[in-house]
Amino acid sequence: MNKVFKDAGEALHDISDGKIIMLGGFGLCGIPENCIAALVKKEVKELTCISNNAGVDDFGIGLLLKKKQLKKMIASYVGENAEFERQLLTGELEVELIPQGTLATRCMASGYGMPAIFTPAGVGTEVAEGKESRVFNGKEYLMEYAFDADFALVKAWKGDTAGNLIYKETARNFNPLMAMAGKITIAEVEELVEAGQLNPNEIHTPGIYVHRIFKGSVYEKRIEQRTIRQSAH
Amino acid sequence: MLDKNQIAQRIAKELKDGYYVNLGIGIPTLVANFIPEGITVTLQSENGLLGMGPFPLAGEEDPDLINAGKQTITTLPGSAFFDSAMSFGMIRAGKVDLTVLGAMEVSENGDIASWKIPGKMVKGMGGAMDLVASAKNIIVAMMHTNPKGESKLLKKCNLPLTGIKCVKKIVSNLAVIEVTDNGFRLLERAPGVTVEEIQNKTEGKLIVEGDIPEMIF
Repeated sequence: MNKVFKDAGEALHDISDGKIIMLGGFGLCGIPENCIAALVKKEVKELTCISNNAGVDDFGIGLLLKKKQLKKMIASYVGENAEFERQLLTGELEVELIPQGTLATRCMASGYGMPAIFTPAGVGTEVAEGKESRVFNGKEYLMEYAFDADFALVKAWKGDTAGNLIYKETARNFNPLMAMAGKITIAEVEELVEAGQLNPNEIHTPGIYVHRIFKGSVYEKRIEQRTIRQSAH
Repeated sequence: MLDKNQIAQRIAKELKDGYYVNLGIGIPTLVANFIPEGITVTLQSENGLLGMGPFPLAGEEDPDLINAGKQTITTLPGSAFFDSAMSFGMIRAGKVDLTVLGAMEVSENGDIASWKIPGKMVKGMGGAMDLVASAKNIIVAMMHTNPKGESKLLKKCNLPLTGIKCVKKIVSNLAVIEVTDNGFRLLERAPGVTVEEIQNKTEGKLIVEGDIPEMIF
């Protein structure tokens, strides 16, 4: 079975209006840039996006916001995006903010075949409203459900034709978790090699989780906060 | 009265050899500049790195290597990368020894509000709720009052909470305060600040026992 697609346009051919889509990345680090560009080009609308952040005004998921392609955003932190804040305050965009660890673990649970997890994050806060809780060893935990996403769009450093993925540095973040959680997982990679060319000891995401893979045509890899130190003293 | 760097410097005195520490955005980040000589402290960045190094030199910035504040950083010998679930797994499991974060309000029972001003600012909680719900030891770095001069150390938080009964210690521009079952306990004064001034600027219950020493750096 062939998992390799020519480009983002082909790999995302069946994403239609109203789908629930997970997107990997933390800030602008490790985001599936080529998949996002393809979604913008396809002009699909009413999407629900699950991603830690919402990009910035002119990059990442911010590009989808600008074109008003999102119905709902599920994220943990959405600062750095004025258009997002505007759509949120006017009610154009439905937003669910959830703790970052909860977001990650709900992805993980999905990929591990577990319907729910228990976490202390949010106990006693508005995040806990309407949720079941249980006490274990004297401490209260919220029950949080595994995500149910139609597509997961992830970015890896290297991938092979069997769908195995290796991530680089902190660009790993949510990518391996979301890769496990999509009904259909589409991976874009910087380097695509034949099966057998990656060391099996170094694989982060085994190919069983990856349905489609393509080599991204371009990577801007924009830096959000460029910080440097003065040369060594 | 302390400036932001001095608050960070005072917090750094709480670090111990072998600690794994998570530093939040803002003043907490500055704590990294004051790690005492002779001890090893490993910084955890919740986007997936243990062993966070300093900012890179110009020209060596790597877009794939950032901290939780989205700043470009470097690694150190012994660093490790991991995914976000493992990152919060080590936090939830109590492996991180100390969490330092900022706050808009803290109440006398240790509740913290830091993520939302209804109708005004909605940036999200990021990892703060996970951190405060699980960390063994939480130090809050904050200004004692808001720009209007109103106390941020309250009987009860007014803003939406980030976590309940979790703050152990506060280092403000005026004082070092321990959060006890009976309220805020004053431990140290900033140089030149009187107990009376701290009392006046603390809305929550402030316990003052005996002579309160000035902070030593």
